[in-house]
Amino acid sequence: MPFRYFGKINYTPYTKVAEFADELHKGNLVGSKCNDCGEKSFPPRADCANCMSGDFKLVKVKPNGTLVTFTTIHSPPDGFEDIAPYTLGLVDLEEGGRLLSWFENTEPEDIKIGMKVKVIPKIFEEIEEIKLYYALEKE
Amino acid sequence: MKVGIVGVGHGKFGRRSDATVQELAFEAFKAALEDTKNLERKDIDAVIIGSSPEYHKQRSIPGVITEYIGMNDKPTWLTEAACASASAALMSAYMAIKSGLHDTVLVLGVQKMTELNTAEIQSLMGRVGDVQWESIFGTTFPGYYAMYAAKHMNVYGTTPKQMAKTAVKSHHYGAMNPYAMFQKEITIEKALASPMVADPLRVYDCCANADGAAALILTKDDLAKEFHETPVWIEGTGSASAPISVLRRPDMTSIPSAVAAAKQAYKMAGVKAGDVKVADVHDCFTIAEIIALEDVGFVKKGEGGKFEEEGQTYIGGKHPVNVDGGLKSKGHPVGATGASQTVEIVKQVRGEAGKRQVEGADIGLTHNVGGIGQYCFVNIYGR
Repeated sequence: MPFRYFGKINYTPYTKVAEFADELHKGNLVGSKCNDCGEKSFPPRADCANCMSGDFKLVKVKPNGTLVTFTTIHSPPDGFEDIAPYTLGLVDLEEGGRLLSWFENTEPEDIKIGMKVKVIPKIFEEIEEIKLYYALEKE
Repeated sequence: MKVGIVGVGHGKFGRRSDATVQELAFEAFKAALEDTKNLERKDIDAVIIGSSPEYHKQRSIPGVITEYIGMNDKPTWLTEAACASASAALMSAYMAIKSGLHDTVLVLGVQKMTELNTAEIQSLMGRVGDVQWESIFGTTFPGYYAMYAAKHMNVYGTTPKQMAKTAVKSHHYGAMNPYAMFQKEITIEKALASPMVADPLRVYDCCANADGAAALILTKDDLAKEFHETPVWIEGTGSASAPISVLRRPDMTSIPSAVAAAKQAYKMAGVKAGDVKVADVHDCFTIAEIIALEDVGFVKKGEGGKFEEEGQTYIGGKHPVNVDGGLKSKGHPVGATGASQTVEIVKQVRGEAGKRQVEGADIGLTHNVGGIGQYCFVNIYGR
């Protein structure tokens, strides 16, 4: 599952953490863990921010977190016109790291800073080519 | 050795369907030369261009501009730090003079944004953030600042009305600035009724893309008096970076690079925030001005909104800020903005700002943010 399948529009088909897309396809949210110093990161990164080692593995991350802040986009960029308006949330994951995505299956009035959210791996059903992403939902 | 600014020039900002990027640069350069005393093109040793190249059809603009303004065979290059590109150029000029490599350097901030069609702009605007993990969810520039605004409102009780009040002030001074894109006053009701762009930011919370140029001529102290009666000195300069990705930002109510850059600039200049009499801060959005007031230390953390509501950033208030109309009213030709801010503060410090003059403005400050804060430059100017 090449990384180019990740995102409604993908701008970075090549990355050292391409296996992230395979895991997402299997329904797993994964971050990186440095094999030398143990530093964890979400989103995953190939090069350890702490010790600079390039030796890492992808490890499952608990898909739960707290909403840091959010916005509803009324004026979308190229390629997102069909889903606007959509609400983006910034989430602090329970096990560390941060994630940004949009809300699905959640009433707008229920979206509040500090709320608990879960992250759900998804496949775009309306797009012919496979496209993977993750969405936020109220926990 | 001190570095002084001895010439400033500003072109008209806005939708400049009448001019190419080099023609815009020429206007500002000519005005800067006319602002000096006895300085001619042959006295300038290098040309540093501040600009964001992705907006131009013309590739590698420093060569084209340097040729058009008649500065061949002087060296030229581009500095890029998104919306802070001209401040990066200013810092490069400062370094070139301080090092002894050059005596006199031209800084030209210039941007032509409207030659791209709407689709090209929309596509570019969809890639302002981290494209691997964020842009794929349809983030936008207003969207990022909207997330800052929502958090600031949540933590400190900042209100949409306080943001609207900031826009009203910007337009009040923009109406008095002949170089501004929007020279019209607005009301708080009009701002609050404008369409939502990215909740809670409305149309009047956002600056507009524009074309334009601004030029600065810098020289070393023993030449400065020859070229201007009142050289304005760069007393302090600071710059810092922060993650572009909001996924790696600890706080969503402050721009960490701005806090760091301001600290460096104050230390170098030997002044405190309270000593600054006039400032231009990077108000790409109203919330950005409110956060800037806090980041450079004009107010305590969380009190920026209240400060705006009380009118303390107007002339006569505790800290006059963006009394040239700011990015909000002048328009934001990305690469030109940092130079435009410096033009304003130089004029203020000289006492030449006319009806927008802040009395006794002997110390001025510019705060220029690149992107969503991945770059920030803060400068302090004195007489």
